Amino acid sequence: MSAVTDTVRSTAPQGAFGRSVRDSLVVAKRNLIRMSRIPEMVIFGLIQPIMFVVLFSYVFGGSMQIGGSTSPADYRNFLMAGIFAQTVTFATAGAGAGIADDMHKGLIDRFRSLPMARGAVLTGRTLADLVQTALTLLVLAVVALLVGWRVGSDGDTNAGKVLGAFGLLLLLGYAFTWIGALIGLSVRTPEAATSGGLIWLFPVTFISNAFVDSSNMTPWLRHIADWNPFSATVQACRVLFGNPGVSQSDAWPMQHPVWASLIYSVLIVVLFRTLAVRKYRSATA
Amino acid sequence: MPGAIYAEGLVKTFGDVRALDGVDLDVPEGTVLGLLGPNGAGKTTTVRCLTTLLRPDSGKAVVAGIDVLKQPNEVRRSIGLSGQFAAVDEYLTGRENLQMVGQLYQMKAKAAKERAGELLEQFNLADAADRPAKTYSGGMRRRLDLAAALVVSPPVMFMDEPTTGLDPRNRQQLWEVIKQLVSGGTTLLLTTQYLEEADHLAHEICVVDHGKVIARGTADQLKARTGGERVEVVVHDREHIVTATEILQGFGKGETTVEDHTRKLTVPVTGGAKLLAEIIRELDARGIEIDDIGLRRPTLDDVFISLTGHAAEIKDDSNGADAADGAAGDTKGRKAGKGASE
Repeated sequence: MSAVTDTVRSTAPQGAFGRSVRDSLVVAKRNLIRMSRIPEMVIFGLIQPIMFVVLFSYVFGGSMQIGGSTSPADYRNFLMAGIFAQTVTFATAGAGAGIADDMHKGLIDRFRSLPMARGAVLTGRTLADLVQTALTLLVLAVVALLVGWRVGSDGDTNAGKVLGAFGLLLLLGYAFTWIGALIGLSVRTPEAATSGGLIWLFPVTFISNAFVDSSNMTPWLRHIADWNPFSATVQACRVLFGNPGVSQSDAWPMQHPVWASLIYSVLIVVLFRTLAVRKYRSATA
Repeated sequence: MPGAIYAEGLVKTFGDVRALDGVDLDVPEGTVLGLLGPNGAGKTTTVRCLTTLLRPDSGKAVVAGIDVLKQPNEVRRSIGLSGQFAAVDEYLTGRENLQMVGQLYQMKAKAAKERAGELLEQFNLADAADRPAKTYSGGMRRRLDLAAALVVSPPVMFMDEPTTGLDPRNRQQLWEVIKQLVSGGTTLLLTTQYLEEADHLAHEICVVDHGKVIARGTADQLKARTGGERVEVVVHDREHIVTATEILQGFGKGETTVEDHTRKLTVPVTGGAKLLAEIIRELDARGIEIDDIGLRRPTLDDVFISLTGHAAEIKDDSNGADAADGAAGDTKGRKAGKGASE
């Protein structure tokens, strides 16, 4: 081994924003390579939502009343927006565990000692999770079609609206991975990040319009459900998919679900990105 | 003019614990400073403060001529950090790891790729370059981690316990790599629990304990503080102890100590190997059979004990065994090298 004397320092073009984008993509690529080498993680990530699709549609299907109908077919069409939305939020746990693992293994220290953009490690991770979420949604949509889900089953829709609905779902998932990033930076172990990333998602996704008609809930619970950011995306998807069970509540997010979904998701990104990047700067393993 | 690494009065507290209690360092360009101390002495905290990972509560730090507290990102361009835990992504291949780090040092993709190839050759990892780092041995991972720290050939390097947990062969290999690096002009701050390691690699040693530098100097200067060399003899027959003691007393510069149960006699001397040869001849002439004889110079372990009143004991279980081995190896190595064993 010869002494390291010849420096190959061809520096890439600078500029704060350009550097931030570039560094984020480098980190995103790293995380995608990583995910592709741990396929079991991706597969486990798929099993749970597929199980929910099957269990909810066949077990609950016959007993649920949606818009006055108790037909299992109507419930299936109602259900899918909820399952899709719940699935994208579960990316929170993956992002949190990944970042906690990087902390634990000393990788965050390495990144923090490099002259790279401050937010890039977290942005890269959340972008990689976004790609994974998109793949999961794709598989889930196919499964949903197989069990009988159809867009336009209870209203008009078109390709643009359907794509728009998936766009809102991806944005919601992306927003939640920033919550995961903050959790991952705040706990000591990847295991804690996984459970810490999941536990609160159950009340958030169940006290909503995802699986049942929220108008049947007791009033105080119904208010929470109507204003739950998660419900806004579910409602928006039902409207855009042309699926049954659109809430008639006069709460603002239920009346303007697409706007509400957009605003909520963007707010979550801005808030949690700020907190997570601040936390990252002072992170200590 | 301050050196390539300069610190003045670094203080860092975590709650009630004063991890750093006014650390001063000055490492001239192109030299190696060994930061020596037990776990919890403040070595890692010092490195973290100097590498921008941790902000000290007070004090001043300048690395490669740049103020660490005022321009952290400029400092990051000029340093390489190799940590205590090999910080590589185990699911990425060696090549992918180095390419990623190169790009994050703001190299162009192509340049990063070329540099990765060079480093893999230099660090003897070319054969494993396209395997995930997960499959690497401990020594290979350390080499990869070190290579990652060297991607831009930074003028200043920090290594936090680079050989902790490595077996002796891998440790030797890594030492060679570090020596070559330093001969190329890099300034290095190295932390270690291994007294032998600091002795071997560092131009100057700072002994730290409880967040303070309690002694500094070259290995020889530190050893001189502890007193000179001594001869140790283990006689074969218990009956010979008295005669042997008389002989040693004749050569020694002080009282001969006798450990009856091990039949070991120790006497402080001056005169080194020549005197040792004379002692052997004399013992032989008097028909005293010996099991072992050696000239023992004080080790840094002795230095540590004389400075702190306690051995450089290591509380951490996983490191404990290694450190004990290191210390034992140290003593043995010295005897074999410098003593004339029968």
